[in-house]
Amino acid sequence: MNFDPRYSGRNFTSVGTRPIRPDGVDKVTGRARYGADFNMAGQLVGRVLRSPHAHATIRKIDTSKAEKLAGVKAVITAADLPDLTDGDAAMYDILDNCMARKKALYDGHAVAAVAAVDARTARQALKLIEVDYEVLPHVTDVDEAMKHSAPLINDAIFTEGLEQKPVKPSNVTKRTQYGHGDIHEGFGQADFVVERSFKTEQTHQGYIEPHACVANVSSDGTADLWVCTQGHFVYRQHCAQLLGMEASKLRVTSSEIGGGFGGKTHVWAEPVALALSRKAGRPVKLVMTRDEVFRASGPTSATSIDVRIGARKDGTITAAEATLRYSCGPYAGTWAEIGAMTAFACYKLENVRTVGYEVLVNRPKTAAYRAPSAPMAAFAVESAVDELAKEIGMDPVEFRIRNAAQEGTRSSYGPVYGPIGIGPTLEAVKNHPHMKAPLGKNQGRGMACGFWFNFGGQTCTDLNIGMDGSVSLAVGTVDVGGSRASLSLVAAEELGIPYEQIKAVVADTSSLGYNDMTDGSRGTFSSSMATISAARNAIKVLRERAAQMWDIPVDDVVWEKGHAIAKGEKYDNLAALSLKEIAAASGKTGGPIAGHSELVADGAGVSFATHICDIEVDPETGSTRVLRYTVVQDAGKAVHPTYVEGQYQGGAAQGIGWALNEEYIYGKDGRLQNPGFLDYRIPVCSDLPMIDTQILEIPNPNHPYGVRGVGETSIVPPLAAIANAVSNAAGVRMTHIPMSPPRILAAIEAERGG
Amino acid sequence: MRYIRPLSIEDAAGLLAGSAGTAAILAGGSDLLVRMKGGFIEPDLIVDIKAIDGLGEIRETAEGFSIGAAVPCAVLGENTALQKAWPGVVEAAKLIGSKQVQGRCTIVGNLCNASPAADSVPALVAAGAKAVVVGPGTRRTIAVEAVPTGPGKTSLAKGEIVEAILLDSRLPRSGDAYLRFIPRTEMDIAVVSAGVNLTLDEQGRVKSARLALGAVAPTVILVEEAAEVLIGSKLDEATLERLAKVCSGACRPIDDKRGTIEFRRKVAGVLAKRAATTAYARAGGK
Amino acid sequence: MAGVAVSTTINGDNVEFLCQPDETLLDVLRDRLGLTGAKEGCGTGDCGACSIILDDRLVCSCLVLGAEAEGRHVETIEGMAHGDRLHPLQQKFLEHAALQCGVCTPGFLMAAKDLLAKNPDPTEEEIRFGLAGNLCRCTGYDKIVRAVQDAASVMKGA
Repeated sequence: MNFDPRYSGRNFTSVGTRPIRPDGVDKVTGRARYGADFNMAGQLVGRVLRSPHAHATIRKIDTSKAEKLAGVKAVITAADLPDLTDGDAAMYDILDNCMARKKALYDGHAVAAVAAVDARTARQALKLIEVDYEVLPHVTDVDEAMKHSAPLINDAIFTEGLEQKPVKPSNVTKRTQYGHGDIHEGFGQADFVVERSFKTEQTHQGYIEPHACVANVSSDGTADLWVCTQGHFVYRQHCAQLLGMEASKLRVTSSEIGGGFGGKTHVWAEPVALALSRKAGRPVKLVMTRDEVFRASGPTSATSIDVRIGARKDGTITAAEATLRYSCGPYAGTWAEIGAMTAFACYKLENVRTVGYEVLVNRPKTAAYRAPSAPMAAFAVESAVDELAKEIGMDPVEFRIRNAAQEGTRSSYGPVYGPIGIGPTLEAVKNHPHMKAPLGKNQGRGMACGFWFNFGGQTCTDLNIGMDGSVSLAVGTVDVGGSRASLSLVAAEELGIPYEQIKAVVADTSSLGYNDMTDGSRGTFSSSMATISAARNAIKVLRERAAQMWDIPVDDVVWEKGHAIAKGEKYDNLAALSLKEIAAASGKTGGPIAGHSELVADGAGVSFATHICDIEVDPETGSTRVLRYTVVQDAGKAVHPTYVEGQYQGGAAQGIGWALNEEYIYGKDGRLQNPGFLDYRIPVCSDLPMIDTQILEIPNPNHPYGVRGVGETSIVPPLAAIANAVSNAAGVRMTHIPMSPPRILAAIEAERGG
Repeated sequence: MRYIRPLSIEDAAGLLAGSAGTAAILAGGSDLLVRMKGGFIEPDLIVDIKAIDGLGEIRETAEGFSIGAAVPCAVLGENTALQKAWPGVVEAAKLIGSKQVQGRCTIVGNLCNASPAADSVPALVAAGAKAVVVGPGTRRTIAVEAVPTGPGKTSLAKGEIVEAILLDSRLPRSGDAYLRFIPRTEMDIAVVSAGVNLTLDEQGRVKSARLALGAVAPTVILVEEAAEVLIGSKLDEATLERLAKVCSGACRPIDDKRGTIEFRRKVAGVLAKRAATTAYARAGGK
Repeated sequence: MAGVAVSTTINGDNVEFLCQPDETLLDVLRDRLGLTGAKEGCGTGDCGACSIILDDRLVCSCLVLGAEAEGRHVETIEGMAHGDRLHPLQQKFLEHAALQCGVCTPGFLMAAKDLLAKNPDPTEEEIRFGLAGNLCRCTGYDKIVRAVQDAASVMKGA
């Protein structure tokens, strides 16, 4: 059945309203079951032994004493997870990250694991495992790691993307370049040029729920996995491949998920739990401690970025370039490349060039974190843009409006834009009362723009109509923040029935076709497209059944407001048939009524946001306070506006934490010094003001309702917006994120010449 | 491992003294349980002192206040007489951790955990507070600053328990204050802190002063020179600048994940000035 | 290691359990009593996801030993609603979408309940500082604060 995903304007009945989410009551009564809330009879406790060294060769692991401890049912090392990756380098890295094979590559790298009858026994068993390490020199800083003298993390890595093939191995895995025009010519036309270097420290997604799973491998080769994940189908694929199972024999159920933000898109503990269960012959529950979450999962890249932008006196940017170095942890990634793609995406540029370097360091494997790589690039670029506006003597908003990308602009990363929201968000900010509010002493205002691609991907959805006319919507994209509510609204809209008549669930991997994970802000975009498609397929069946009940041609039956209507004067005396009436008769008209959809949701519309914030700086201590914060972002179409606002506010809050306080702090010994919520300081309630939001709706032409992803863009502008505000308040340009009080005070003192 | 809840302080001291392995006192548990969770301590014996008669009370006596070892910090904030007499001590105690931690943590635990960054300790040292130390058959009263001897180390002997903290009743024209610097607004450990306690003469000049700094040395330090700067003054601008300089100079800080040496030195002076100003106003100074 | 026999009251019901001396009340609730509403986000008292009310004091159940519950009154999220009637805070959290992933929600609800019990008419600042022991990574707290404000006004009127 052909599905036309193109946008067509319509008046919405359900979409755009704000009902209570279907999973809400369970979540406010403590009944919702998250990763660690599931148990099985006879379940063992799994625990992982982790390297205390940043970089060490594993000479030998002796597990014999642990195996002899009463209550220990399985001990595994890399030997129990043989390499079945068959030359797939990315999968090999995942395998090696789950359990170190030859070398421990960071503080916290898993080296062995146990399953025991209880937590105490498991802890004792870990202490009995003897690992003989040969400690190697390490490097954790991204700039240090690029030096020729740096310890090599993987001597099989030769930098890709260079004109000449390098003869020596390097910690730089890849160089990438984007852009167009001639930057030398562009800078030649510039009256003003700003050139700056910036650094950002590594942050963690900081989801409140640690990774948790229950694995149960049966001796017949089938297995079940209960897990908190952003993508249970992807976890199934990865786990099946790493354990040598057939994918369909492994059923993965996605639990409620206590936050992910990109951090639950990789497998870490799950293959280990499955391997433990396989060896022990019993179910194994494996829950990470918070310390493990910080040391071994998650983090985003630390970066070092140089930016140079030139403009004419009239405010037109003539050239822009950036060099971006992103840490990847000890395995190759594409993080700098994404940074290089997003850096100048907000602007219409004749001459632009960005170069990215992917850099290996002895830190945990970098994982996606909400619009991965974009916030750091935006911090550097938007700081320089602000400074350039100041040099020219232009208002920073006007300067950006003048250079903003438009429909038809060739983006700095290649594609030509369709209808986009950067201009409208800037205009909205220009006219926002926040921009005109007075500021007090030691207070500064900053604003900045941000871009994110958004993603669509493979999606499969089932819509089943019960004989009572109630509708089950089974989706395969994990609900990370209210998407079951939005998708129910979409189904209600399309079918023309009340929201309450629909129950949406996230189906397990055995009940639905493959779905990509909930990342790239795709949950509502792609699953709503699939839901619309499934609903339209169901409507086709409903029309056929009504035609059958009436005994008229199906072409004479239309679907309006939840009813089949016989079209044409000759059917005047036929009363419309409701969905419920058709459903009630379904047993006699051909059986169950359902609509299915399998599609690749192409055309995720790009997304732009502009943020404003006011900051007060205490010049004696470097302390900051966020006084006011406003988010303006294009949603395409806000399906459930309250949850759209929630995404805007949540992304802003994460960005505020990143900008001001959050960072991984490594000691000289290469060990992480702050693996806990005490010293990895995410914002608390009293740190933040209310976060005002303004939703713009510039329809995405590639979605029937105009929907764009909304989840990620909101974290892109805050680093820069806050840096601009702090710089304005403190009177000194801040170039190192986070702008912790010691950094701000040091910058103020340096400016004072003290 | 055993968990015991004795009913008398003598029994508690006897249990601790007689234990063969590692014994730990449990009052609020907000330090002990964290250390157990992290595997830093595996006690063979946990002595829960909360059932001991009187340990959960704040008593007002002719000499002042006696705050039992099991009194949660939240209760300090609810005691209006204590709050009125020693607002600096109370504000320090109320800064420890979150509301959740407040309902459990105690100032005695904060003292005996012997962190140089403990919030209540600079305020207690500035206040001239004393600790009542009970051992098997012994009882002594010592200055609170004599309890911690270094990070995580105390002068207490095996079997000794701090039963209560004593605070004097207030002389007229007295005020105290505590300030700490943390990067967030709540939930952090002090990067630097300052407690100040002043008594003024009838002219509003500082007659006696005690100033203590936290998180700038291996233990909380009493800065004698700061008192000398303050005494005789009305906290004019020049005095405050001298105070800041003296306090910055008295610091022996380290660089760590929470702050740098330079930051701690500088901010110690700033907090000393600000806390002294508040204490002065509370003492009725103008 | 000998177990400790504990007799306590949880959400108004008498409960008896046996636990290890070093076992936290959070582990007892979750693993022995099946009350998984309290979550372990950190195990060190820094996130508040395991918040419960113990004898009218808000505490992190990860920082309480199971043995300490002897003879005391424990309130958990599972006892907040009366039958199928939600507490006003629960209702307002739903209406304001004060939760996204929802894993911090039980802790926030217990903290907010304790806050309003002690201060029925809090200012925004009092709410923010009163809830500072509970981390939320999804919402930016805006809708949580609004839900508590709204619940407070409903509860005053009741």
